[in-house]
Amino acid sequence: MASEAELAPPDDTHRALGLTDEEYGRIAEILGRRPNHLELAMYSVMWSEHCSYKSSRIHLRRFPTEAPWVLVGPGEGAGVVDVGDGIAAALRIESHNHPSAIEPYQGAATGVGGILRDIFSVGARPIAVMDPLRFGPLDDARARWVAEGVVSGISGYGNSVGVPTVGGETVFDETYADNPLVNVLCLGVMPTERLVLGRAEGTGNLAVLLGSTTGRDGIGGVSVLASAGFSDDESDAEKRPSVQVGDPFEEKRLIEACLELLDRDLAVGVQDLGGAGITCATSETAAKGGAGMDVLVDEVPLRQPGMEPFEVMTSESQERMLAIVTPDRLDEVLEIAARWEVRATVIGTVTGSGRLRVVDGDGTVLADVPAKSLEEDAPLYDRPRSAPADLDERRLDRAASLAAPEDCGADLLGMVGDTRWVWSQYDHMLFLNTVVGPGGDAAVLRLKHPTTGEDTGRGLALTTDGNHLWCAVDPRVGSAATVAESVLNLAVVGARPSAMVNCMNFGNPEHPEVMWQFSESVDGLSEALQAFGVPCIGGNVSLYNESRGRDIDPTPIIGVLGVVDVLDRVPPRPAFVDGGSVLLVGRTDPVLDGSQWAARHGHRGRGSLPALDLDAVVAVADAVRGLVADGLVGGAHDVSGGGLGLALAELAVVGGVGAQLAGIADHAELFSESVGRVLLCVAPADLERVRGRLDAAGVPVVELGRAGGDRLVVEGLVDVSVAELAGASSSWLPDALGSGTTQG
Amino acid sequence: MAVVRFPGTNCEFDVVEAVESLGATAEIVFHDRPSLGAADAVVVAGGFAHGDYLRPGAIARFSPVMSAVAEFAARGGPVIGICNGFQVLTEAGLLPGALQKNAGLKFRCETVELRVETTDSALTNRATAGAVLRIPINHFEGNYTCSPETLAELRAEDRVVLRYVENPNGSVDDIAGVCNAGRNVVGLMPHPERACHELLGSTDGRPLLASFL
Repeated sequence: MASEAELAPPDDTHRALGLTDEEYGRIAEILGRRPNHLELAMYSVMWSEHCSYKSSRIHLRRFPTEAPWVLVGPGEGAGVVDVGDGIAAALRIESHNHPSAIEPYQGAATGVGGILRDIFSVGARPIAVMDPLRFGPLDDARARWVAEGVVSGISGYGNSVGVPTVGGETVFDETYADNPLVNVLCLGVMPTERLVLGRAEGTGNLAVLLGSTTGRDGIGGVSVLASAGFSDDESDAEKRPSVQVGDPFEEKRLIEACLELLDRDLAVGVQDLGGAGITCATSETAAKGGAGMDVLVDEVPLRQPGMEPFEVMTSESQERMLAIVTPDRLDEVLEIAARWEVRATVIGTVTGSGRLRVVDGDGTVLADVPAKSLEEDAPLYDRPRSAPADLDERRLDRAASLAAPEDCGADLLGMVGDTRWVWSQYDHMLFLNTVVGPGGDAAVLRLKHPTTGEDTGRGLALTTDGNHLWCAVDPRVGSAATVAESVLNLAVVGARPSAMVNCMNFGNPEHPEVMWQFSESVDGLSEALQAFGVPCIGGNVSLYNESRGRDIDPTPIIGVLGVVDVLDRVPPRPAFVDGGSVLLVGRTDPVLDGSQWAARHGHRGRGSLPALDLDAVVAVADAVRGLVADGLVGGAHDVSGGGLGLALAELAVVGGVGAQLAGIADHAELFSESVGRVLLCVAPADLERVRGRLDAAGVPVVELGRAGGDRLVVEGLVDVSVAELAGASSSWLPDALGSGTTQG
Repeated sequence: MAVVRFPGTNCEFDVVEAVESLGATAEIVFHDRPSLGAADAVVVAGGFAHGDYLRPGAIARFSPVMSAVAEFAARGGPVIGICNGFQVLTEAGLLPGALQKNAGLKFRCETVELRVETTDSALTNRATAGAVLRIPINHFEGNYTCSPETLAELRAEDRVVLRYVENPNGSVDDIAGVCNAGRNVVGLMPHPERACHELLGSTDGRPLLASFL
């Protein structure tokens, strides 16, 4: 045994790489000696917050992850569920927040590239992307620069790589002023039998690096960028070289080549190279396969000469995949790669040693560590958590004390805002699946068999949701309410929820308040998932979302996949239909805390959210889904951010028709965001039947009035023209962005 | 029917699905093939051939399959270039003019209205003159341009096949699609294959695709 002094860090290198003294000690203990610089660099990226989830893993175990239809749960490249007809759907969500804060176009573009590789690394063809985005306020020129860059990056990469972007969200808020959130979700499909996992099995098998050359871009991105907060602008700009540069054409060819390898059963395992580059891909595949690997570092094709082994091993150059192949199939693999003009190089051999060794051209061993230790021995922290000291006081400060507005219509005009400017820049129609695209409550896609192309007559639905205003008031109830919103978004298009993935965007985990928020959020999500019977099949945690010491509001963003059992008509739009009865389904709790309306009037992060009756939401979702499936609904929209008022305004704008409504008592009922409500517009002929079914289901329903005319009128509260609402809705974003941007 | 696939093409399977729904059979032809086989019609599908590097279509025109496409066109066979395929055909000299960046300098994906200007082309002989069709566009470089002389010639010879009802991209004379002098080669920026199914919101693409099957 080496003595303690012999294992002590000789200098500060480990700290510069983002490792603590304790973590250095743990590495030395594993190795029984001091790690050399290369080994230290490898541990620093693998044990980074981004790769190891060291602050969050202990909490993530509480998510419900099991259901009979789950084929692959959390921990793999993507979660996979069986969606019937021999088809498996792969789902994954990730964040690219920090790269996008510094270099918006490339940060967002490479976020798309990374998530696609996760999906085809399990054998699925990516068929849809969604982008939940959060930016600083629109009156901030730099926030506008970030927003434009991110949208261009998603458009430039996503369109070119040939995967449609079918939805997402775009929110502007002061909490994201210096720290945008760029989350990206991807859905893929495959024949159930093609499911592959990133495993390196079989001593003597070869590790083939496919795709781009390895350069100095993105060295240590996971540790330098993703696992630390932002301090001041100048040092952030210096981090720009840690952001990678994307090439969608390389990715497109890589997708086609990899799917062909899998189609022809030529790969034992496939793994994407993302954060932590070759180190991560080789150690993970070896560890999961219970094997070891020798990496021939001099064989890696480089973008520039003179790169050090630690740079090669930790570079995050984009558009690379690792395939594990048996030696006798290597020629076929190389032939397919050549056809797609994809570089393919043997860079390693699977060994039985259980060790990840980095070997140079002379056979000198440059690094030698237990493969499993890079992942499994990563530190696990139960970081201190505590509720904010002023929580009780904050809970007593209710938005009910805000003065009632003189004209709720004026508030509505300031709240409506469609995001067409964003999504019209995305190809959302490729593959001929998009029945409902961006702008609806949930996207709806035709489900065709991925290899035969046969239409199953069924559909998949997708929604992403997050509400930081709710979670700032109460991360537990707010998170549960987010799941409820997703389930209702699916119900209004006739879909039942099948699986959830989440992207947990939080502040600095070293702040006990942030860890309290995180833990509360996990519990809230879990409670709701249990109630709806929806498994969590994967997720991503993004911490250190802060600037200048200020943490962002807790922002768990979830993506939920739904199944439409019979897709034989276009689902109802969130639109009034002239002459239809307007029904409010579900109970309203006139609480304004955590609402958009309250935030507009300076009240945020205070008060308390009404308790959530999850069973009541289940009943509403089931009843609405049934009505939609039976074609009894002309228009449908869930009530969420902005409350009843904003939902009614959106129905009017999308339908191009007004409504004459009554029975809403006051501004609190109009703008309350109490969860579990849906607005339906029903043709007079179907009204009795619809009411009867809702009554039979024990779901509260109120008829608010009729759709028609060119004004939205809510007796005593609102009287505004549909044209004015439509104008405000369509112009807010182009107008704001038209006033220019600045990078500095 | 043959559907040409370059590395970077992404609408090839959509075109196959759409034409097969109209009763045709289609085969995808990879760009390195020097022949089109026994096809009666050719579609150069949309996407980003060779990544649109340099500029859309600039590299694709040198792929081996393009000589076969040119020969097929010279023999009078119907050749349809959709979106990126239109860009490729202009770069290959099979159609006049060029496609530059949209006037708004933004990518645009949305359903637009097109007017059928002539039924005397491989793409419109089953359409109705003057009919207005709802068909999606999906492009950054769809702003059609040509010299004044070429424009005069296109008009005089009734070779503007489709016009936008509301111009989305700054194209000269609202042009959405043109044909060659032989009327067998047609290029258009909109995607008729995206408008062939009730669930997708429009079936107005069917008469266009049916015209060359």
